[in-house]
Amino acid sequence: MTRYRLRGLALHAALVLALLVFMFPFAWTIIMASNTTADIYRFPPKFTFGGHFGDNVRHVLENVAFFPSMANTATVAISTTLLVLFFDSLAAFTFAKFRFPGRNALFVILLATMLLPAQLAAVPQFQTMAILGWVGSLKALIIPGAANAFGIFWMRQYFQNSIHDELIEAATLDGCGFFGTYWHVALPSARPALAFLGIFTFVGSWNDYMWPLIVLTNPDHVTLQVALSTLNRSHGVDYSMVMTGALMAMIPLVIVFAIFARQFIKGATEGAVRG
Amino acid sequence: MRTAPLTRSSTGQRRRIWSYWRFYLALSPFYVLFAVFGLYPMLSTIVLAFQRWDGLSARRFTGLDNFAFLVKDPTFWQSLENTVVLFLMSTVPTLVLALLLAVMLQSAVRFTNVYRIAYFIPNVTSLVAMAIFFSSIFSTNFGLVNAALRSLGIPQQDWLGQPWGIKIAISTMIVWQWVGYNTLIYLAGLQAIPKDQYEAAKVDGAGAVRTFFSITLPQLRPVVLFTVVMSTIGGLQTFTEPQVMVGNSGGTGQSGMTVVLFFYRAAFLDNDYGYAAAIALSIFALVLLFTAINWRIFRGRSEDR
Repeated sequence: MTRYRLRGLALHAALVLALLVFMFPFAWTIIMASNTTADIYRFPPKFTFGGHFGDNVRHVLENVAFFPSMANTATVAISTTLLVLFFDSLAAFTFAKFRFPGRNALFVILLATMLLPAQLAAVPQFQTMAILGWVGSLKALIIPGAANAFGIFWMRQYFQNSIHDELIEAATLDGCGFFGTYWHVALPSARPALAFLGIFTFVGSWNDYMWPLIVLTNPDHVTLQVALSTLNRSHGVDYSMVMTGALMAMIPLVIVFAIFARQFIKGATEGAVRG
Repeated sequence: MRTAPLTRSSTGQRRRIWSYWRFYLALSPFYVLFAVFGLYPMLSTIVLAFQRWDGLSARRFTGLDNFAFLVKDPTFWQSLENTVVLFLMSTVPTLVLALLLAVMLQSAVRFTNVYRIAYFIPNVTSLVAMAIFFSSIFSTNFGLVNAALRSLGIPQQDWLGQPWGIKIAISTMIVWQWVGYNTLIYLAGLQAIPKDQYEAAKVDGAGAVRTFFSITLPQLRPVVLFTVVMSTIGGLQTFTEPQVMVGNSGGTGQSGMTVVLFFYRAAFLDNDYGYAAAIALSIFALVLLFTAINWRIFRGRSEDR
């Protein structure tokens, strides 16, 4: 009995150690963000929280358009997520439940597009944005990502397994057309899948860096990640301020994740095992 | 009253394609967006790779010049080497640690949800913020790593100022960000292995290590393949970590210059679009090559059995 207790204890000790390693950057970021840069430069380093967080936040706000950038990021992330949820689920429902000429060919094309790396399109895509007059505008971030192959593929599997054909036939008998069936039958029953796809899209959009860096050419009108990178490059010596900016940029996402963590993890790991 | 099911033609005859318009309309957003922002640019990239263009003057066909220049460009080979070295330095420790943690997590009974959520958080954290954090950790003057070395009496290192230091810093960050995600993937895979196989091994008197190598690992192979493929596709496209940690130059000795950073520089800093297109095509070839190698390794093994 004691041997099992000991093993259990060692097991949790190792797991807790890993947990501390994963959480450490957050704790250390908070420590740096609440002290002065002079404190950070000291040896041995200061391991306690300081009282300068407010000052640091003020410095961040003075040096970079933090809240406007965050508003831009939120606009992009929320619009992209809503559009993706609508377009992907509608296409997935069609693929999952209906037959029509060309269905299989279209689905194969969809799968093939997932193999293409983004750089392959980046240069001409920038030219396309220039022609459309979207360079520097948030549209350039929202519209190209408004529907994606991964989401359609993922939702399709869900619809196939969770919606019975009888349900659709019943809806048809009740006078529901194709779009009515989608809206009144398919969407309500797909809440868990929509939750996962929504958070996945939101997180990806919130953290996107390369494309906003390329296409948002006006330095006063950028997303949070680009603003943060600029802050780091231009004020790299003022570390406590830069770390405060990093902390402020992470917080909203960590909160969103904490709320939906269980559903998100379930969705993120399911596909790998099934496939 | 009989209503025709939506899935079948009501006359039993081939209906005109037009009658399916609702379905095509429902599918159209993805395909229209892909045509405009995916397919068209990709085809243009292929054409562009055989041209010279700075974005202002007229495009000029130059045949294979871009590719000829590419194979002679030492920075290109350097960036290829860096990308592959960084991929190995980060992926191997990530997957080994993840497998270890997953096996441990599977035998834990309590607090499993706390562990799972905490392990996953690094994966949803902003790359830019974390790259800034890791460059501070490896900073020469006040970094935590050097502080630890100093207190142990070991001379401090200029981590981000020397080639190997840069690679270690970047791959440490990638490992930190991806171990948790892969742990949870492996955990899901472990939980899908039928219990009776373990019972049988127990009856046969197999120990923990033998059980792991003769049952757990073979059963887990598809999941391992999935993680290797995902790590390959992600690892070969590393951009944000080096760009934020050591800048557009790739740092000392261009040690942090990955192929995607090289591409970014050629296209959007040097405005050498034709050359950038040739680099983009070679990145695509690299991804295909590595994916094929992964399949070969894992397929080959499964056919031996």
